Parts: sequence; C-alpha cells; structure tokens
Amino acid sequence: MVMSLSILWYLVPSILMFACGVYGFITRKNLIAILISLELMLNSADLNFVIFNRFLFPESMEGMVFTLFSIAIAAAETAIGIAIIVNIYRSIGGTDITEINKLKN
Amino acid sequence: MDSVGNIILYFVIAAVMIVFSFMAVRTRKILRSATYLLFSLLATAVFYFQLGYQFLGAVQVAVYAGGIMVLFVFAILLTHRPDEKERRLDSHRKAVGIISSVCGAIVLLYALFTMPVLNGASLSECINGSAMITMSDIGKAFTGTAKFQYLLPFEAVSVLLLACIIGGVVVARKN
Repeated sequence: MVMSLSILWYLVPSILMFACGVYGFITRKNLIAILISLELMLNSADLNFVIFNRFLFPESMEGMVFTLFSIAIAAAETAIGIAIIVNIYRSIGGTDITEINKLKN
Repeated sequence: MDSVGNIILYFVIAAVMIVFSFMAVRTRKILRSATYLLFSLLATAVFYFQLGYQFLGAVQVAVYAGGIMVLFVFAILLTHRPDEKERRLDSHRKAVGIISSVCGAIVLLYALFTMPVLNGASLSECINGSAMITMSDIGKAFTGTAKFQYLLPFEAVSVLLLACIIGGVVVARKN
C-alpha cells in the first residue's frame, strides 16, 4: 500500500485545532485562557493559508507572505491584549470575565 | 509518492497538534494551558518546515513560540498564584461550547470531504514541481512595489508595531 500526503490530510488537523479554539473561547472564564484559545484559532487560519499555497499554487508564495503579516499582527494583538488584562487585574484583582462588570463602578 | 519518513512525521505531528490543542482548552490550570499551547505552536512550525517553508517555520518558532509565549507566561505569573485552578465550568456553558465546536467541525469536515478535489497531488510532487523559496525571493517580495510585492503593507506593519508599543505603555502604566 502506498500512501501520499494530499491536501486533505493537512486540512483535517487544522480544522480540529480550530474546533478546539472555538470550544475554549466559549467555555473558558479566564481572560488569558480566552486569549490562548484565540491564538489556537489564529494559528489554524495561518496553517490553512500555507497549505493552500503549497498545494494549489506551488509556484507563488502569497500564502506565506500573508502568514508572515498575520503572525506580526497576532503578536501586536497579544501584546495589547495582555496589557489590557494586566490593567484589569490591577483594577479588580482578578481576570475572571464574570467579574469584569465591576469595572463600571 | 511520499517517503515513509514524511508520512510517519505527518502522523506524529498531527497527533501532537490535535492532542495538545485539546488539552490546552481542557485543563483548568492556566500555566499548563500555556505550555500545551506552546507544543501546539511548535507542531505547527514542524508542519511549515515539512511543507517546505523554512523561513516561515523559523519565524513561527521565534515569534510565536519564543515571543508570544514569554508574554503569556509573564502575564500568567503576574496575575495568578502558581497552583491556582480555574473555577469549574458550569454545564450550560460547556454544552454550548461542545455543541458549537462539534457542529462547526462536522460542517467543515463535511464540506472538505464532499468538495471537488482541488488538487490530488502529493506533497513531494508539489515540492519537487516548484522552485525552492530562497531568502532573496522573500526579501524582494517585501521590499518592492511591483505586482506581488508588498512594500506598503510591510511599512504599515512597522507603523502598527510602533502603535502597539505606545499603546502597551499607555494601557499598562500606573495612572
């Protein structure tokens, strides 16, 4: 039996990773855990760019360039998100999303 | 046809990626969650290497697994005690999460396996059929203004990072 790695093989782990990210984003109560789930979803989208680039348009490199930009923007977004979380922690003494409505008092 | 080594590597990395993504959203200890995310990101980097994008894999390791993970660990240690557990999830929320993620995954997998085959070629055919991406190609793509060259977005990202630095200082300073 000879197997070959086609495009479907690579897209399946990416889909499952995205589903894990969705689950975490909905169920977690900790702000940092929500940010971690967001990173999982972003990462799966980046992986998709690269996979489609390699298998459908192997002569060009646009998917790779988009992923590089996406990584740069994800880094910026995470830095700002963590700055906001640290600020929230300083104000209300926790990072639980059910307590964030204390901020308006 | 792909070599046996490539196929074994694929299975190992796919299993690592799925298992650690699941554990990252499943564990109640936040520092463990960050560690599992790190393994998941490293598995993605191995996929990039395997697909023939060496520079992208190196960037993934350096920026994601290096930079962003350090930020996460800093934030976690600043805001949590090391042994602190998150509160138990309420079953209502858990049900909503499971239903939405499982339904989403099923719809996506169904769409994936019923779509017309875009390209049945194997990985080695795709890699051997195209020229290797050299560092000079990447440099030219980022510093030119012709078609398929991205000087303007590149500069926009540099402005974004500057805004991010200033924003981070403004948000996180005391008063």
